[in-house]
Amino acid sequence: MKRVLVGIKRVVDYNVRIRVKPDGSGVITDGVKMSVNPFDEIALEEALRIKERGAAEEVIVATVGPAECQQQLRTALAMGADRALHVQADGVIEPLTAARALLKLIEREQPLLVILGKQAIDDDNGQTGQVLAALWNRPQATYASKLELTGTSARVTREVDAGLETLEVDLPAVITTDLRLNEPRYVKLPDIMKAKKKPLDTFTLSTLGVEARQQLKLVRFEPPPQRQKGIRVKDAAELVEALQKKGLL
Amino acid sequence: MSAKILIVAEHDGAKLNPSTAKCVTCARALAGAEITVVVCAASAAAVAAQAAQLAGVTGVLTLENPANAHALAALLAPQIVAIAGPFSHVLGPSTTFGKDLMARIAGLLGAPQVSDIMAIESPTRFRRPIYAGNAILTVESSGEGKVVGTVRTASFEAAGGGGTAAIEAAQANVELPTHTRFVSVSAARSDRPDLQTAARVISGGRALGSAEGFKILYSLADKLGAAVGASRAAVDAGYAPNEMQVGQTGKIIAPELYMAIGISGAIQHLTGIKDARTIVAINKDSEAPIFEVADLGLVGDLFQIVPEIERLIGK
Repeated sequence: MKRVLVGIKRVVDYNVRIRVKPDGSGVITDGVKMSVNPFDEIALEEALRIKERGAAEEVIVATVGPAECQQQLRTALAMGADRALHVQADGVIEPLTAARALLKLIEREQPLLVILGKQAIDDDNGQTGQVLAALWNRPQATYASKLELTGTSARVTREVDAGLETLEVDLPAVITTDLRLNEPRYVKLPDIMKAKKKPLDTFTLSTLGVEARQQLKLVRFEPPPQRQKGIRVKDAAELVEALQKKGLL
Repeated sequence: MSAKILIVAEHDGAKLNPSTAKCVTCARALAGAEITVVVCAASAAAVAAQAAQLAGVTGVLTLENPANAHALAALLAPQIVAIAGPFSHVLGPSTTFGKDLMARIAGLLGAPQVSDIMAIESPTRFRRPIYAGNAILTVESSGEGKVVGTVRTASFEAAGGGGTAAIEAAQANVELPTHTRFVSVSAARSDRPDLQTAARVISGGRALGSAEGFKILYSLADKLGAAVGASRAAVDAGYAPNEMQVGQTGKIIAPELYMAIGISGAIQHLTGIKDARTIVAINKDSEAPIFEVADLGLVGDLFQIVPEIERLIGK
């Protein structure tokens, strides 16, 4: 069966104002709204569109994380994924661990395409897709803003610093999504009900044979330095004068 | 043991990208570090010569291969891993080139990657922004094995010249995959300064209203010798191309002067500009969050103010 595997991550919702815990041990997540990482929603949307075009038959969504991640998997099922895979893991999950777990799922499911968000908006690491592609020894096309499947390969337009780059990659491949790939659909209420009945399989890192190794110790979290509040000027002339005084014009 | 740092050069085949000189400055924070720059190219001589001149660089390696004409991570990563043996750290810039490549190298090495390094405190201790810059995290590696990193270029000045490092051809005896092929790159040709290194940047937001509306920014930018940027909203709306996007998911920049015009200042945008020396905000909404970070704020109609600024500086 032609499958697309989508990796998602449960993150603090992008609208939440992040506050660092006073003891520097992390950021405050108690009672904070959690969501599917926005880039991963784009990944899922793309997978759903591929299936709707008839280029794939099944969309599988997967995550690695604690029990609560099942909420986000259910959201993904409500969006339209056919089934979900949850690799249960607590504590810090580094990109290498996540990628190793996803690779095990890939070996089970044999997808023709794996789509992930380009980065998670919590740790902003931006690594998992590339690490996975390296471990799998398959192509990667990161920062995708356009994806066309052409039989045994994919043509991917990437948002790079210079502009737009197009790559051709043989399938299977790992794609990571940028913002403008698509606009994810909204979840409808009846679909939330239906999603409750869709299959959700759970694994653990150890049943998959993945060692949960943390290679980077998180020493200290701090709030960023604040910029000093500036001044208001009343018109363009005053602005130009102020900039000239600072030697900026 | 002093650090042996390998920096992967970013270049366009002819010119070394300034991001590499910023990686060198980052690496120089470690006293006594040996700093080697590796240039992967079809023909590396010109870029290698530029890398050899960077102050602090102790050696330059070239990996020449016709397949390196375009920087494809799947092809470059195994070559760099093949020569990475003696090094304690492998660094690249936190640009789309470096972010794409370095994590693939980390994957092949099974090594941890520190993304967006804003400071190196010791060979094992690094600081980096998370949550779109809303928190700064200090991480520590074990000291065993290699550390891969991407360097947040906005946090570092470019290393100066005057270096005289030796250039040596390296060999990577690895079979390169054929599963990834370069097709094309379309970059808007612009005579304006590069957004990532420009001393002055003028950015526009959704309030510009159209691609046509951006023309007043281009006009002012040309008068100031400034680069032009855009908010995500403006890029999403099609007013400006993607390479102009400034912010968490676009470019992170640190110009001397940043003028945010008709940009409300979403946190994702602010994270891309908070290292700018002076921030100017022009917005008709006096409550816009951009004013909280602006050194100079002006409330008003940008379509009147921007042309007026241009007239005033033209005098």
